[in-house]
Amino acid sequence: MYTQGLDAKPADNTIPFNRTDPELERRFQERVDAEEKIEPRDWMPDGYRRTLVRQISQHAHSEIVGMLPEGNWITRAPTLRRKIALLAKVQDEGGHGLYLYSAAETLGVSRDELVEQLLSGKAKYSSIFNYPTLTWADIGTIGWLVDGAAIMNQVPLCRCSYGPYARAMIRICREESFHQRQGYEIVMTLAQGTPEQKRMAQDSLDRWWWPALMMFGPSDDASAHSAQNMRWKIKRFSNDELRQKFVDATVPQAEYLGLTIPDPDLRFNAETGHYEFGTIDWSEFERVLKGDGPCNRERLEARNKAWDDGAWVREAALAHARKRESRAAAQNQAGARGRA
Amino acid sequence: MTDDTLRSALVDYALRLGDTSLVLGHRLSEWCGHAPELEEDLALANMALDLVGHARMWLAFAGETEGKGRDEDRLAYHRDGFDYRNHLLVEQPNRDFGHTIARQFLHDAWSVGLYERLASSANPEVAGIAAKAVKEVRYHLRHSGEWVVRLGDGTEKSRAIMADAFDRLSRYTDEMFEADGVERTLTAAGIAPDPEELRAGWEARVDAVLAEATLSRPAIHGRQTGGRSGRHTEHLGHLLAEMQFLQRAYPGATW
Repeated sequence: MYTQGLDAKPADNTIPFNRTDPELERRFQERVDAEEKIEPRDWMPDGYRRTLVRQISQHAHSEIVGMLPEGNWITRAPTLRRKIALLAKVQDEGGHGLYLYSAAETLGVSRDELVEQLLSGKAKYSSIFNYPTLTWADIGTIGWLVDGAAIMNQVPLCRCSYGPYARAMIRICREESFHQRQGYEIVMTLAQGTPEQKRMAQDSLDRWWWPALMMFGPSDDASAHSAQNMRWKIKRFSNDELRQKFVDATVPQAEYLGLTIPDPDLRFNAETGHYEFGTIDWSEFERVLKGDGPCNRERLEARNKAWDDGAWVREAALAHARKRESRAAAQNQAGARGRA
Repeated sequence: MTDDTLRSALVDYALRLGDTSLVLGHRLSEWCGHAPELEEDLALANMALDLVGHARMWLAFAGETEGKGRDEDRLAYHRDGFDYRNHLLVEQPNRDFGHTIARQFLHDAWSVGLYERLASSANPEVAGIAAKAVKEVRYHLRHSGEWVVRLGDGTEKSRAIMADAFDRLSRYTDEMFEADGVERTLTAAGIAPDPEELRAGWEARVDAVLAEATLSRPAIHGRQTGGRSGRHTEHLGHLLAEMQFLQRAYPGATW
């Protein structure tokens, strides 16, 4: 998902929480078990805090980097209505990034630190945004599949044990489901359009299907943190459960559109009521996560360029604010002394 | 004045306003994801959304008034540069954040004055569009004006960038106050103000902000004009090539 990098096994295999406060920790776990929300001022295990900072910031970074592939088509949107809808969508993503950074800040880390981690390449973001948007159909497919996959993962996060994150997710999910409908509608228009448009839609599904399945992260037997995160109620469903839910929901939509899912092994199992699907190429997933996907470099370069090009603007704004403050202070002093 | 003269003037006038909003909105949308800070990404996108929204209203109105079956997208995506009627100012490239803000500010200071007048137009549709747009462009002017002050009275570097931006862009501003048969027809009918009457208000708004920004309005060298009758700078063709690509590459498709 947007935070799939979390599931990579840590190199040193250490258990990522502080065991030194068993009593506090017992009480903490009781509150979590009772579905109480943990708030910023409450005691929490270090591992819980660290996991949340990583998860929330990866999610925020994903929103910000995610603006790039879709932003790529704003200036080429085919109608004014589509242009407005896409611009508003990408703007929503920036907004999500903003409240997620704020939620992370409640855990004692600054937005500047997190942004620095993104720009230096240290922080992870969702692998999906390292794929290119080559045609207009990709804008529809991203809404349909990528936002669709995001919703599968994020709806349970609305019940996450950490209050500020859960509350941010409620708002985000509302907007994401709107985006998903919009995306599906774009794909539907193409699928029902001219032969060239239909080809565009199929080509897009061919390219995005497998990367979308990878968004849920490694399979459960290869996932490092799932059990602990479930206990902490940061995570409610396993990667494979969510992936299955997504496939079950999406295959009938593709059929309705008359598009073919690029998986020869895909079949419905009437006994289980689920779709069975082929093997995911995890070596591709690892490559993209490590930085060798089709657009990792371009995405990071674009973020760094925006940040560097904007440095003089941020410096000027700061300098101006300081001038204003010192002018106000000088005026106050002059007023207090009663001289002109 | 015949009905036909008035109708044709209204169509041209709506195209001028629609194209100006569309081209500026498009320019702002080029920033999306690349602004100096996240908050500004959202603000630029907001202004772009407003402007493209205004363009839709003007173009739809132009198409209906014309009565030849051209809708907003036919007008936006199927006219070449010499049929575009926007001001030269708004098609100038973004360059950097300072130039983008200067361009925006010079335009906003004009559009606020215009829309305030158009809100009491004798044509109820024109008045309706203007009444909606004026609230938004007032916010744009506040936003761009605040940035002009911050950047003008910021660092030495930011001040130099803003001085250069105003110097570069000022020669396109006179066009906003030009009148031809279109405006004269509509002014006589009480539908639109005489553009020249907007000049004093524009100068006052611009000068007040520039003074606070420790800048001044540069003298105009090499005044450029012609956008309103389809004579553009080299920049518009590239913008249209990008914007119109899908409609041109797949004629007759529905999107």
